[in-house]
Amino acid sequence: MECVFGLVGDGFALIVADTSAVNSILVHKSNEDKVMVLDSHKLLGASGEGGDRVQFTEYIQKNVHLYQFRNGIPLTTAAAANFTRGELATALRKNPYFVNILLAGYDKDIGPSLYFIDYIATLHKIDKGAFGYGSYFCLSMMDRHYHQGMTVEEAVDLADKCIMEIRSRLVVAPPNFVIKIVDKDGAREYAWRESIKDAGVAATA
Amino acid sequence: MKLDTSGLEAPAPILGGIDDLSVDFAAAQSFDLPGCADFDGFQKDAVQMVKPAKGTTTLAFIFKEGVIVAADSRASMGGYISSQSVKKIIEINPYMLGTMAGGAADCQFWHRNLGIKCRLHELANKRRISVTGASKLLANILYSYRGMGLSVGTMIAGWDEKGPGLYYVDSEGGRLKGTRFSVGSGSPYAYGVLDNGYRYDLSIEEAAELGRRAIYHATFRDGASGGVASVYFVGPNGWKKMSGDDVGELHYKYYPVTTTPVEQEMAEVPAA
Repeated sequence: MECVFGLVGDGFALIVADTSAVNSILVHKSNEDKVMVLDSHKLLGASGEGGDRVQFTEYIQKNVHLYQFRNGIPLTTAAAANFTRGELATALRKNPYFVNILLAGYDKDIGPSLYFIDYIATLHKIDKGAFGYGSYFCLSMMDRHYHQGMTVEEAVDLADKCIMEIRSRLVVAPPNFVIKIVDKDGAREYAWRESIKDAGVAATA
Repeated sequence: MKLDTSGLEAPAPILGGIDDLSVDFAAAQSFDLPGCADFDGFQKDAVQMVKPAKGTTTLAFIFKEGVIVAADSRASMGGYISSQSVKKIIEINPYMLGTMAGGAADCQFWHRNLGIKCRLHELANKRRISVTGASKLLANILYSYRGMGLSVGTMIAGWDEKGPGLYYVDSEGGRLKGTRFSVGSGSPYAYGVLDNGYRYDLSIEEAAELGRRAIYHATFRDGASGGVASVYFVGPNGWKKMSGDDVGELHYKYYPVTTTPVEQEMAEVPAA
């Protein structure tokens, strides 16, 4: 079942997500990228109902881009997080989106930051966070091993610890994960952790 | 039994004149509401009950030469088999196919609708729509109707400027790009055979046979799938139907009847 988690390190933030597209007992796909590169310095990891997840994250991405086109400067991570929360909150009493979001970003004068937004539009600024069934394992794991100013190596090592714990303790553990990082040089895919290879062609367009 | 059609008959003829306005509106004819507390729930259940074509097996996969699309042909309403000759592979245009699982009417209607939109795109832009674009058109429509009772599980497969394309689209608004999908109640069985026999460098004949075999095995185990296993191939020159075989006949092709040695012969009963 879905697992999305992330943490803030020294000069960077990292988001990890499982890559399974599941329909009841059936795994339709095990290389679905659930961490969107929102803009050059923002990552958006989302879990939730398939349709809502894609529609909502694309909607946010397009609006963040629109803001940048109109004003010539990008939204800060905090602004993007508040915008996302706002959209989720207005939709909540109409036709709610069932998506939980971790938003990581890097701003020049602020540094890396991570925001937690759940489907009922709660917004938190956090150092580490997780969603889904995997969160029960990741949260305690990160509480124990996280410390301020982790290096990329330490953080990825912690992420791997979490992934291993999920794989070994969670009944409905997803096989594959993707790790993405955002720092002063931008948002990018860092690595895949795959225990099952999906045939041919790369992830979603 | 006699049908009660009194509700269809017009009320007392209207004869003009001001007096007619004082007709007793309270006594206007109306249909009885079902005697239940949760009317919305009742309505939903009723719609669900008459929804045909629930059980299905469809599959599609990309390989070296193109895309294979295969499906069974059974339509059922609960335990009743309403048809054994349904076209579950819908030809959207010469380069694109859609598959049908879920509500038959929903699938047929929205595929026809997609076909229209694709043709209009072609006329407006002087080039065929991509599989990515077509699947997104459909996914966005289905997403806009989500929660309103549509039941569609479909794959859009085809060949565009970028080569072979395959997307899974459903009425929950999901849209997945992939290389191998199976949809419908028989899909777990089909996946079993498909995953096992799949290689990227399959020849067209091998791939078509794999598709046919996967459908056959799904129809064997899934009571709601059956009829004819039809297989299509989409390559650079558009789609082509590869085969359409009755799964009953396929069974005897794959597993010919062998005469089993007689284990015990009935002996003549000796007269007492």
